[in-house]
Amino acid sequence: MAVDQGKLLEFLLRMGDNTLVLGHRVSEWCGHAPVLEEDIALANTALDLIGQTQFWLGYAAEVQGEGRTADDLAFLRDAWDFRNVLLVELPNGDFGQTLMRQFLFDAWSSIILDRLTASSDPRVAEIAGKAAKEAAYHVERSSDTVIGLGDGTEESHKRMQAALDYLYPYVGELFESDAVDAAMTEEGIAPDPASLRADYNALVGKVLAEATLRLPEGAYSHNGGRTGRMHTEHLGHMLTQMQWLQRAYPGAAW
Amino acid sequence: MYAQMIKTASDGVKSRDEMSPEESAFQDKIDNDIKIEPRDWMPEDYRRTLIRQIGQHAHSEIVGQLPEGNWITRAPTLERKAILLAKVQDEAGHGLYLYCAAETLGVSRDELTEMLLDGRMKYSSIFNYPTLNWADIGAVGWLVDGAAIMNQVPLQRTSYGPYSRAMIRICKEESFHQRQGYDIMMKMAKGTPEQKKMAQDALNRFWYPSLMMFGPSDKDSVHSAQSMAWKIKINTNDELRQKFVDQTVPQAEYLGLTVPDENLKWNDEKGGYDFSEPDWSEFFAVIKGNGPCNRERMNARVKAWEDGAWVREGLLAHAEKKAARKVAAE
Repeated sequence: MAVDQGKLLEFLLRMGDNTLVLGHRVSEWCGHAPVLEEDIALANTALDLIGQTQFWLGYAAEVQGEGRTADDLAFLRDAWDFRNVLLVELPNGDFGQTLMRQFLFDAWSSIILDRLTASSDPRVAEIAGKAAKEAAYHVERSSDTVIGLGDGTEESHKRMQAALDYLYPYVGELFESDAVDAAMTEEGIAPDPASLRADYNALVGKVLAEATLRLPEGAYSHNGGRTGRMHTEHLGHMLTQMQWLQRAYPGAAW
Repeated sequence: MYAQMIKTASDGVKSRDEMSPEESAFQDKIDNDIKIEPRDWMPEDYRRTLIRQIGQHAHSEIVGQLPEGNWITRAPTLERKAILLAKVQDEAGHGLYLYCAAETLGVSRDELTEMLLDGRMKYSSIFNYPTLNWADIGAVGWLVDGAAIMNQVPLQRTSYGPYSRAMIRICKEESFHQRQGYDIMMKMAKGTPEQKKMAQDALNRFWYPSLMMFGPSDKDSVHSAQSMAWKIKINTNDELRQKFVDQTVPQAEYLGLTVPDENLKWNDEKGGYDFSEPDWSEFFAVIKGNGPCNRERMNARVKAWEDGAWVREGLLAHAEKKAARKVAAE
């Protein structure tokens, strides 16, 4: 049975929009980090994420088959067409919030990319192979920072706990599944999102324990980003900036 | 050129007769192109002048992230965004090498940072100009990095070993930066009428500030002689400015853009262009803190430093706890 191209497109957009939106958020730090090494590391992380976006959205555009490019998908879709999880579009907040968001994403990303290297779709496997190396480095770095700041001073601990309390309710969306995921699992293209949860909990649990941080009580989970049902108010503002030149001067080559 | 108006910490060039035996041996090494290394004896004035020069260069790399960072979130394609991120990351990296080079002279990065933030040290005047349209990112690469390269290529041969080695590394990356800037300008200059307008507007605004990057005219440059004798300055300001103009004018012509100087004219006799001097009163105003963006740039750096205090303290506290636990476990 041939893979449902519409569902494959949807899956690729979910992957590419996550990295696009998070890459954009991280790039907002440029020149404003607490210490020079962090400026370099944040720029490097953003750069990797934008690079991954070029692969995911490039493949998505091919699958879509309408002659569009990765740039068209990034710069000419409206918020309702975006398929990233809500977690990545949340504002940067302070450095602690940015790094906690990064860690919560990196932990998931490192696990799923590792699994995607065995995808039945050779293109997906190839992209994941490249991205997995970067993600492994990112999660190592963001784990170290979460531990360092969680187990640092009283103030850094308090800020990291506040960041975790704010962000954790957005983590559940990473593990939700729908008909798209069922089709991807069925075809061996991608793992069932729920099947990543145990590894994720183990990894996050270990890092948070070392960071002396605790998961917030209650299991509430915000969602709506990866299905496009309902994004946060933040995404639209990001797009006004990100897409401005392309929208103001349609058809120009840059 | 990211170091301008470096005040040489001396009263003028000493003749051989005035030099102590140590100073004379030091000058011999320099004259014979033997690199000075951190553990070698050096005159106090040489050390202090180099700290100013390398420090100002490092600060320029750091502040220089801001005008370019201003466009990262509005870069028009994924590729342009990636290239710009890579470039800004390189610049932060250059800042890091240069701070390390300065540290070999006995000053810490934190001390240098504090001197920048309280105004005792400067950064290049060019970064006090705004980036207002996307072609400005092209112009920064083409003109600003172009001018920086003009100065930094000779500095690869500078007498102080760590500075020279940092320059060799930095120059490799800067030539990539300049090429990507010119590539943006090409796209814009050959693009739609609006894009061409952006390109011309960027050149109009960045031309004279780029010429100012080389510092005041030689006749007003009071600190050069000693620095040149020490080989921490290799060419005069006017030599480098002339070279820059001669290189850049044909590039502007190729782009179909007009250099905003009515007096610009090829001079066969000297084998270079005649051109108008920048408005030096504007330059001195910018140096004094009255450029279009001085306050924004410094406020941004101060805010980054102050907002980041809890992060630096937190990471330090953790490192100390970790070390203490390790000792306790042994």
